[in-house]
Amino acid sequence: MSQNTMNLKVKVWRQRNANTAGAFVTYDVAGISDEMSFLEMLDILNEKLITEGGDPVAFDHDCREGICGMCSLYINGKPHGPWQANTTCQLHMRAFKDGETIVIEPWRANSFPIVKDLTVDRSAFDRIIQAGGYISVNTGNAVDGNSLPIEKQNADDAFAAAMCIGCGACVAACKNSSAMLFLSAKVSHLALLPQGAPERKSRVLNMVAQMDKEGFGSCTNTGACEATCPKEISIANIARLNKEYLGASLSAE
Amino acid sequence: MTFKQMFTSSVGKKLVMAFTGIFLVLFLVVHAGLNACIWAMDGGVMFNKAAHFMGSFVVPRILEIGLFLGIFLHIIQGYMLTLENRSKRKIGYEVNYSKGSKWYSRSMAILGTILLMFFIIHWKHFWIPSRITGVAEMDLGNGFIVHNLYAVMQDTFQNCWVVLFYVISCIALAYHLAHGFQSAFKTIGVHNKRYHAMISTLGYGFAIIIPLAFAMMPISFYLHWVN
Repeated sequence: MSQNTMNLKVKVWRQRNANTAGAFVTYDVAGISDEMSFLEMLDILNEKLITEGGDPVAFDHDCREGICGMCSLYINGKPHGPWQANTTCQLHMRAFKDGETIVIEPWRANSFPIVKDLTVDRSAFDRIIQAGGYISVNTGNAVDGNSLPIEKQNADDAFAAAMCIGCGACVAACKNSSAMLFLSAKVSHLALLPQGAPERKSRVLNMVAQMDKEGFGSCTNTGACEATCPKEISIANIARLNKEYLGASLSAE
Repeated sequence: MTFKQMFTSSVGKKLVMAFTGIFLVLFLVVHAGLNACIWAMDGGVMFNKAAHFMGSFVVPRILEIGLFLGIFLHIIQGYMLTLENRSKRKIGYEVNYSKGSKWYSRSMAILGTILLMFFIIHWKHFWIPSRITGVAEMDLGNGFIVHNLYAVMQDTFQNCWVVLFYVISCIALAYHLAHGFQSAFKTIGVHNKRYHAMISTLGYGFAIIIPLAFAMMPISFYLHWVN
């Protein structure tokens, strides 16, 4: 298969830090192979900027395998770019055409303040997890495998929810900047398993309280989060979270 | 955990929207059912009797108070949530993400505002004359005198602009329900795929049939299908 190269314009949000105003800057990038990943294209842009004595564009990335949840970027009006069920690091340049202008924006939400350029602070998610996204287990030897019977369907649903990598695309896509898809994946993952049972009620109440404290919006079930999620987390998890919340808040002392 | 904490959290506020929304959905069934009496082709006798029952019997009058509370709670909470949610993203996007959701799901506040304007005009047309300013009466014999709301409808729906406004409002209602019906059940926690599929289908059916029935009422009078 032959490689094609393309010349592109990238319109990138540049912002020195959280306290300064930002603006779009358009750069030309030439000789981009369609086999490159999107982040490699940005690496080439940054090398060019550094060579020219400029400031490279800051963006988050880590594993570049689509599993760590570190990459972000709102590309041409969609979190993680045009492909379905895909992270930015797994997006390849064949998704774009020669001569195209690509608009790259950071995740936009008050709860994800900009650190620099396209990098945002997603530690709000960490604090939501700290509020209840854990289970209590006895220390000591590991228990025998399969000693706790778990229904296959529940195990599958819990696993599907646990696929969430916490990238924040759901918040970025939501018109309300709601973190409900993320939160519902974390709550569902543990609510479906016997190991999650001891803190089941306090978990959902504390995690919702922390989510509100972090300043995320509320869910209006538009479905934009599910449509953009790189791990295809189902919006049915949000309904399950609502059920967990209703039950826990009615029965709490 | 207090009830105040429960209903003022982000999930709790949506529960208020969902419960009041479902209550209003039930009201629409009653309203459409009673209004369908205009098609009895009896010069409005059955319709006026039904309207008289609703206006004079104690149970619907008590429910009416609940209805007003439900409507106002739904409207106020809806606007507050919309403003609050909008404030969560101070700097917007250059290119908006519109492919992942339906336009009417994103436009519930605008559709709701059209419905609010409709309610104000609708109350002015029927509720205020019936309850406060008074309407002409109809003698059904044996001293059984009722408000002739059928005549008020006939009169109101001779104006083509009023008919057009009612029809546009019914379209707004249809889209509001197309999102709201199934969303309300998701909010109260229906996550079972089988039941959710049923509710979605029921919701779309409801969103077509009820507004269509309402829209046919002014049209029927305007085109003299009923006299």
